[in-house]
Amino acid sequence: MAESEDVKVLGAWMSPFVMRARIALNLKKVDYEFIAETMHPKSELLLKSNPVYKKIPVLFHKGNPICESLIIVQYIDETWTSVHPILPADPYDRAIARFWAAYIDDTWNPEVRKYSMANTDEERAVVAEKTFAGVQLLEEAFQTCGKGGNWFGGDALGYLDIALGSYLAWIRVTEKMSGLKILDGDKFPQLTAWADRFCAEEAVKGVMPETDKLLEFAAAMIARMKAASSAK
Amino acid sequence: MADEVVVFRVWDSPFSYRVELALALKGVNFRRAEEDLKNKSSELLLYNPVHKKIPVLLHAGKPIAESLVILEYIDETWKQNPILPVDPYERANARFWATYVDDKCLEILWRACWTRGEEQQKCISEAGERLRTLETALEGKKFFGGDTIGFVDIVVSFLTPWMEVLQEMARIRLLEEENYPRLCRWVRDFSSCDVVKETRPPREKLVAFFATLKPPN
Repeated sequence: MAESEDVKVLGAWMSPFVMRARIALNLKKVDYEFIAETMHPKSELLLKSNPVYKKIPVLFHKGNPICESLIIVQYIDETWTSVHPILPADPYDRAIARFWAAYIDDTWNPEVRKYSMANTDEERAVVAEKTFAGVQLLEEAFQTCGKGGNWFGGDALGYLDIALGSYLAWIRVTEKMSGLKILDGDKFPQLTAWADRFCAEEAVKGVMPETDKLLEFAAAMIARMKAASSAK
Repeated sequence: MADEVVVFRVWDSPFSYRVELALALKGVNFRRAEEDLKNKSSELLLYNPVHKKIPVLLHAGKPIAESLVILEYIDETWKQNPILPVDPYERANARFWATYVDDKCLEILWRACWTRGEEQQKCISEAGERLRTLETALEGKKFFGGDTIGFVDIVVSFLTPWMEVLQEMARIRLLEEENYPRLCRWVRDFSSCDVVKETRPPREKLVAFFATLKPPN
């Protein structure tokens, strides 16, 4: 175990972004203190350490705050260099991993999230089509990036595994709420097998939310959001 | 050539400019492949099938898309004149501000110049707040990268000449000296760098180009 250098993660159990920071630290075998954020209202600590976005996660190391989950993961990789590299070694492979991580966060996930807010069957069909098109791209990316290994990172769990894997609990919740099979084993065999592998990993198990608990949380959150948007 | 470097770009894009500036900073020779975005080349569609956008960097036959991803690749491949700092915490800060510019500044700045009436006033106000936040990153520094141009400076290059031209055309002043002394000084210092002068698109050409775009209703 790495000696404690005062590493803390400010976050919450249900956030996929917080999960990313924790998985990365777990892979590096770095001890850290987990500080549960109060959320409503946001804590003084959060407002002070992330004044720009006021969002979790925040990583604290040697008293310095680092924000934005993928930036945090890269910081962790660049700080604890002797254990479990997270980004690939080759610059081109790194670029491809960064490309797909940005695709997942900026393009794919926002699309998936639209499903629960869609009001008509037609809207849901459009979102579903785009969701599946994205999963197909990711299934292909898995083969290109993984180069025959079990992970996007090849032989070891890496950056892109963390980027996508952190969404798995939410993907499962969306599947349960919508009846849509996003990770369909027939259509996307590699990703489906990868997902099970990811969730069983030591570095992931303790920080992946239970689907039922998350389902309850999601239902309440969506109800709040729908009430707020219809009140406008 | 085996390790030929090609940049798929359009002359007026601040995004492909980032890539060209980074390559110029490192003294890397490259070929410009000009695109017509209304008639995209089969090469562009082959090299960026997911987004079908410029810029794309092609190095030794391998394509990379997304300007921030390309900048990191350039820095990791050509080690002279580093763009990102060495220290991991400073690197995290540079990445933070670069994504802040892309996610929180570009669109609102653009909209402040192209909208009118009440909507424009709202955009101007919001853009002003974002610029205020961005300015804090310049505290105690000449450039965002310190004494020399770095990652964030390259990403913020949109401010000059693009934003200058757009503000003039919209007849608004977002970057007033008295409100944003550091950013205004940055614009002057950045613009006076030889590598910037040699690579940026001519102001007059941008003025003529933007004049052909209709403001949205």
